[in-house]
Amino acid sequence: MSNKTERQVAAIKNGTVIDHIPAEKTYQVVNLLQLETLETPVTIGYNYPSNKIGRKGIIKVSDKFFTDEEISRLSVVAQNVVLNIIHDYEVVEKKTVKTPDELRGIVKCNNPKCITNNEPMNTVFHVVNKEKGILKCHYCDKEQFIEKVELV
Amino acid sequence: MRHDFVTIADLPKEKLMYLLEMAKEFENHPNRELLKGKVVATLFFEPSTRTRLSFETAANRLGARVIGFSDAKASSVTKGETLKDTILMVSNYADVIVMRHYVEGAAQYASEVAPVPIVNAGDGAHMHPSQCLLDLYSIYKTQGTLENLNIYLVGDLKYGRTVHSLITAMRHFNPTFHFVAPKELAMPEEYKIYCREHGIRFEEHTDFNEDVIADADILYMTRVQKERFSDLMEYERVKNVYILKRQMLCKAKDNMKILHPLPRVNEIAYDVDESSHAYYIQQAGNGLFAREAIFCYVLGITLDEVRNDKTII
Repeated sequence: MSNKTERQVAAIKNGTVIDHIPAEKTYQVVNLLQLETLETPVTIGYNYPSNKIGRKGIIKVSDKFFTDEEISRLSVVAQNVVLNIIHDYEVVEKKTVKTPDELRGIVKCNNPKCITNNEPMNTVFHVVNKEKGILKCHYCDKEQFIEKVELV
Repeated sequence: MRHDFVTIADLPKEKLMYLLEMAKEFENHPNRELLKGKVVATLFFEPSTRTRLSFETAANRLGARVIGFSDAKASSVTKGETLKDTILMVSNYADVIVMRHYVEGAAQYASEVAPVPIVNAGDGAHMHPSQCLLDLYSIYKTQGTLENLNIYLVGDLKYGRTVHSLITAMRHFNPTFHFVAPKELAMPEEYKIYCREHGIRFEEHTDFNEDVIADADILYMTRVQKERFSDLMEYERVKNVYILKRQMLCKAKDNMKILHPLPRVNEIAYDVDESSHAYYIQQAGNGLFAREAIFCYVLGITLDEVRNDKTII
């Protein structure tokens, strides 16, 4: 009896495999990491069955390793994704998303009267409670939950 | 050193006391030429006659000249100019910009783009730090201290930004607050959490009578506005409860003073004006001294320079 199952997405030699993305967030991850600007092969898959989250997305990016700053951007859409760092077909490191202290130009303030929604400028949020995911707008001071904010 | 005056919430205790000492110097001698040769711009994207007059008077009494507009309709905003462009343009002309805006966080953003100091004269429902400074000055002057006072906040505690600022600014001084408000306008949970986190004692009341306020050192009145109520029956029921009447002062302590950010409509009966506890008109007058201090602070004029000032008229 074999315990081998078919691999859902073809393996890559070197690069990053982003796994456990909630299926509906897959394209937001693509946007946040600006994968559309890469010139290396990128495989985007979604609606794969997942024991943990029902349906998941997987993204495989060849020859690309993300910085911690890039990874921290994912905290606004998918806090539980895992990034597998691949060297020569082997997973050499697993990285998780760490919520940063500050988010610049990534999400919108949900206060319509905030200056950031009335002026062409970048938003800035301070993460005041990482466990509960509470952000505070640098300009209007309004506190908001990380899962309730929209991407810019 | 130049500063901005955008919020009072993050100023340390020493800075607050420094500004209050400076305001005291200006109360002794309001007319000087410390700002002679300077140009002050007052940009009021939202009309506010008394705040603007108070700032312009402060600038004039210090010898500065004043430019500006009192309504966004008279500016390029109606043509679609960004705040950044307006601020940068005016920075070419003025040494300091006083700004009132209807958008929250506008002053913080202006202070990040402007090469000259920004004074926040109110940004929407967010901050109004010069009002807060004059409130502190009024408390300090009438009580001789800011420490260990019983401060009663009455009326609209939900939307009233002046009462919220007062709580944050008073955190350094071991106050006891009493929140007197109808349920629908009660102090928001976030400020009660703030009090607990900062060890500020508070009690909540829905009744408003001579017994409730007998212990007050400061009675800070605000207006209960009809448009704040979703339930008009509730408004009709409470609209006359939070009106201060002369006979309610019968048990008040001698040192108790009544403050109000003004304008008042009917929340303080007119016969209270004759009482020795009434202080709201003088309070507004203190705004001049507080704003003279703010101008010096942002332009880097020190308390020592104010004390040794040879330009007093």
